[in-house]
Formats: sequence, structure tokens, C-alpha cells
Amino acid sequence: MADVIPVGERRQLAPPTDDTGAIGWMRKNLFSSWGNGITTVVLVVVVARLLWWFVDWALLAANFTAESGQACHGSGACWSLIREKYRLIFFGTYPYEEQWRPLLAVLAMIAMLITSSDRRMWNSRLIWIWALGSFVTFLLMFGQINLSSSLIYVLAVVAGGAGALTRRVLGSKAEVYAWRALAAVGLLAVVLRMLGTLPAWTLAIAPFTFVETARWGGLPVTIILATYGLVFAFPYGVLLALGRRSRLPLIKGLCVGFIELIRGVPLISLLIMASVMLPLFLPSGTTIDKFLRALVAVILFAGAYIAEIIRGGLQSLPKGQFEAADAMGLNYVQKTALVILPQALRVVIPPLINTFIGFFKDTSLVLIIGIFDFLNSANQALVDPNWAGYPAEIYLFAAFVYFIFCFSMSRYAKYLEVELNKGTRR
Amino acid sequence: MANNSVIQLKAVNKWYGQFHVLTDINLDVREGEKIVICGPSGSGKSTLIRCINRLEEHQQGDIVVHGVTLSNDVKNIEAIRREVGMVFQSFNLFPHLTILDNLTLAPIWVKKMPKQEAEEIAMGLLKRVRIPEQAQKYPGQLSGGQQQRVAIARALCMRPKIMLFDEPTSALDPEMVKEVLDVMIELAKEGMTMLCVTHEMGFARAVADRVIFMDRGEIVEQNQPDEFFAHPKNERTKTFLGQILHHG
Repeated sequence: MADVIPVGERRQLAPPTDDTGAIGWMRKNLFSSWGNGITTVVLVVVVARLLWWFVDWALLAANFTAESGQACHGSGACWSLIREKYRLIFFGTYPYEEQWRPLLAVLAMIAMLITSSDRRMWNSRLIWIWALGSFVTFLLMFGQINLSSSLIYVLAVVAGGAGALTRRVLGSKAEVYAWRALAAVGLLAVVLRMLGTLPAWTLAIAPFTFVETARWGGLPVTIILATYGLVFAFPYGVLLALGRRSRLPLIKGLCVGFIELIRGVPLISLLIMASVMLPLFLPSGTTIDKFLRALVAVILFAGAYIAEIIRGGLQSLPKGQFEAADAMGLNYVQKTALVILPQALRVVIPPLINTFIGFFKDTSLVLIIGIFDFLNSANQALVDPNWAGYPAEIYLFAAFVYFIFCFSMSRYAKYLEVELNKGTRR
Repeated sequence: MANNSVIQLKAVNKWYGQFHVLTDINLDVREGEKIVICGPSGSGKSTLIRCINRLEEHQQGDIVVHGVTLSNDVKNIEAIRREVGMVFQSFNLFPHLTILDNLTLAPIWVKKMPKQEAEEIAMGLLKRVRIPEQAQKYPGQLSGGQQQRVAIARALCMRPKIMLFDEPTSALDPEMVKEVLDVMIELAKEGMTMLCVTHEMGFARAVADRVIFMDRGEIVEQNQPDEFFAHPKNERTKTFLGQILHHG
């Protein structure tokens, strides 16, 4: 009876040693039985052989300096092709001397995306970051931006209205009055312009030569299509998802009809419709930029998919969350924006990012209507007869660039999941 | 105590499809009155109090809260919900917000209260329910009893005139029931008008002015707690009390 330890005062024992440490881990996970041991050894050998073969082809035996395809000797990869053609691959048919502009535009977009991926930036600053980033990007790509006076007035109304609405509760009185004043001045200007009292003028910002969208190509096209396609598709998909759950039969029916219609056709057919059929319905003489039409098609298509994902998130919330928000007296917009969406979106981050990654790659389908995105510019590099016979190098390179973007998105999704669920887990 | 009634239900009827869940309910609640509603599962007691703040819609009869008759008018419903706080069986705290943000959400957005003022009120209420140190945590980090006390504080943050409790202790582990009931008893002593669906008969004895027994969508019997427990008149009440008092 001497060794009895009172309950609650037991000694904490260390775990058995053969389960911990590198050796313990290997014994447990790699060599737990004869079968497992053999599988481990065989797999290691196979992977090592494959890796060695690839490293030999891609690095050790590769040619980095040849002047033409014929000069590419040896059994290795012909990376000289990439060295020769990288500007065509990255920037397509954009005027050669001006290609520093799409390069800077890509960097501006990436900087904008990285900045706005930081959670501390998720406030009104985001609007300024995107306004500035977008302006810089399109100024570089186009070279010139002409803002008509009417557009500026309308922008003032929209900005003032949005500011007054969103800051109504949180902003100071002076700030809200400033937003209202902006909207009022804009509205007055719009009316005066329509009456003809104010003359028409155009604000021309033209530091560079103009480059039309038909000559854009390569990586900037892919990034612009994917980024703005998804940025506009996202709020639109949220509205569709909310509409689909609406109690009003007309709104619900419209949203269901739209989602099912868009999901029922391939993106290619939507792109062709946007480029071939849409102009038929427009009065002759009016043209909508081909690039813009492709962007609209991507937005419509992505919106329908995003809507279905978000609907899944909305349905996963317990009914009590809706009831609690109702019982507190929150109205529909407050309930949705403050209680429901923040939770629903958290749940659907993995499938949402999955869709984003899919659409980033799907933008290459715009080839069908004659727009040269990154993959299609890379394809162009194969046409040169001097460099015939090295498709693997081109496609591997293109795949590598796509992989960098998609893998970053995937890692970011992981970070976001952890970050947003901080504290909510026990 | 003033004798003016704050909630009136007149011949209220409600159906779920073909199922008649509330039958001719008449009820008058005076200001400051504490009412405990009990009854077997499926008797319509939760539905009854959920009709008062329009989480459920009644189909016949009138419900008047603070002189406002409930109708389909959204403004009307929101006005009543500002006056009526509710505590749920499953707490229904917002898991993505801190405890403090859970409390200040409605005052800031519904009452347009400045953030600082809302936070002062919220901290005061958290002290009252004895968990001010949890203000910066998330609901998932609290025990059930603590969560329910936060839920009560959240409802009080809107300064309601009436509080509805829908089985507030049914989802709690036994050792946490008391901490929630203590808060409710304190609230009752301060003169809050309370309607409480619960099977905690100790609570009913301690604070209720009236105990209502419901069965199959009807108010079968109502009386002061002493009378109600000592001399139940209806057979169904006797059976029910026999069951819960012997096993509880």
C-alpha cells in the first residue's frame, strides 16, 4: 500500500521512445512490415531514377547557348529556344520596342494582388490600391487613356454614393457630408451635361503611343482576363447565390434560370457567341472591343460557377445563425453582410480557390476568338522554322509559369483558411 | 408593479401544413411579469414565443407587442425585434466574431450607436454575467454555460423591454445550468419582463409570477407557481408534473 498515488496527482510519463525521433518515425511509417519496407525501397529507386533522368535532360545535358534549332546538339533540352523567344512568349504581338510596358503592367498587377492578399489591407484602402493598380496597368497597356467628362461625372456620383452609404454608420459626420457633396456635385454635373449647359471635354492622359487590345498578348492578357474576370464575377456570383435563395419567386427563378443556362453550355460556345453573335444584335457601326467581350463572357461564366459554390456555403450555415440575426433586429442587408456571408465564404474558400485556379487556366480558351493569351503566345514561338522540333521545351516552360501562379493561389488559400479560422477553433 | 399589459395574444392560431400547432392562444403579459411555459415536447411552447418576435408567422388572431400589432410590414417587425431580446437553446452566437463584437453588432448597426459607447455597455453587461475577461475570445473557445451567458448579454445589449428564453438550459451540461439560471434570476429580480420556456421547475418556483402548461397546441392550465405545483387541476398537467418531477 506504500506506492498508492492519490488520484489527480499522477506522474506524467514520457511517451515510449521507439515512437519518436527520426528512426522511430521511419520504423513506424516506412518499414512497419516486410511489404511496406519493399514498397518503400522500390518507390525510392523509381523516383530517384526518374528525377535523375529529368535533371540530366533539363540541366546537365541541356543546351543554353545555341543560336538556332539546328545548332542545338546533344541529348538534352534546348533551352536556347526559350532564351531566344521569351519576349514573344511573355508579351505576344505587343510592339517589340514597347514591351517594357506590359512587363511593368504585369509587375503592377502582381504587386496589387500581393498587397491585397494581406488581410490587414482588407478595408477601404483596398479600393484605393485597386483604383491605382488598375489605372497604372491599363495606362501602361493602352499607352493612353481618354476620360470623357460624362464618365468622370458619373464616376463622381457612384463614388460619392458608395462612400456615403458604406460610411454612413462608421464614418465621422464630416466625412459622410463630404461623400454626399461629391455625389451631389457629380449628379448636378451629369444633369447640366445632359441639358447641354456644360460643354463636352475629354481628359486625355497620353504619355505613350496607343496600343490597341488586338495587339496585346502573352502573360498580361492572361493575368488581366483572369484577375478582372474573377474580381467582377465574384460579387456577381454572390448576388446570384443570394438571389437563388430568395423567397421572391421571380428573382429566384431568374437566378436559377441564368445559372443553369450558363452552366449548361461550354465556355467556348459562350466566347464564340460573345464574339460572333453579339455584334449581329448591335446596331451597325457600334463595336465593342473584342477583349472586353471576352472579359464579359468570362465574368458571366465564372459568376454562375461561383454562385453555386457560395450557395453551398450559405446552406451549410445552421438556421440558428439566421434566426439570431433576425431576432436582434438586423435587416436583410446587415444580416447578409455582417453575419451570413462572412461565415459562408470562410467555408467555401477551398472550392472557391479551386474554381479560381481553373479559370486562370481556362482563359487560354480565348484563342478561339483570336486573342493571344500566355499559352497561345507560347504556341506562336513554335512556328519559327529555325527552331522547329522543340515543343516539349516550350510547353514545359509555359506549364512552369502557370504552375507558379496556380501553386501560389493554392498556398494562399491554405494560409487564408488558417488565418480566418484563427481563434474560432478551440 | 404597473398593471399595463405589454404583450397580448388574442385567439392566435397557427398551422404547419395540416398540423394545427397553436390553437386559440389567449395570453396577456403585464409589464415586469415573469412567465414560465412548460409542457411536453411538440406542445407548441417554443412556437408560441417565437411568434412573439415573428421568427414564426401566425395565421389567425392578433399579437400586440408594446401597442404594435404584428403584421407583415418589415419596419413593424424590426421595430418589435428592437424591443424584444431572445435567447436560444443552441446559443447561436456568431462564431466569426469575438465576444465583444457579438455584443456590439446590433447596437452599432441597428441602433446606430457609436462604437465606443456600445463597447462600454457591452463590457458592463459582460461584468454582469461575470465573464468580462472573455471579451476578446471567440465563442468556440468558451464553455456552453459561458456561451449562453454571452448570449443573454448580447440580447440585453439592445436594452430590450421584454426577454424571450427558448429552453436556455436544455443544451447545457448539468454543472453549467446553475450559472445560467443565476444570471436569469438576477435579471428577473431587476424587473425585466420575461417569457421563459423551460423545464427548470426550481427556476419557476423562484421567480415566476405565473406558470403556463401547454399541451397539443393549447394552454391547458396556468396558475401561480405554488398553486400550480401543489394542486394541479388538469389530468394532463398532473401526468406531466409527475413525469418531470420524479425524473428531474
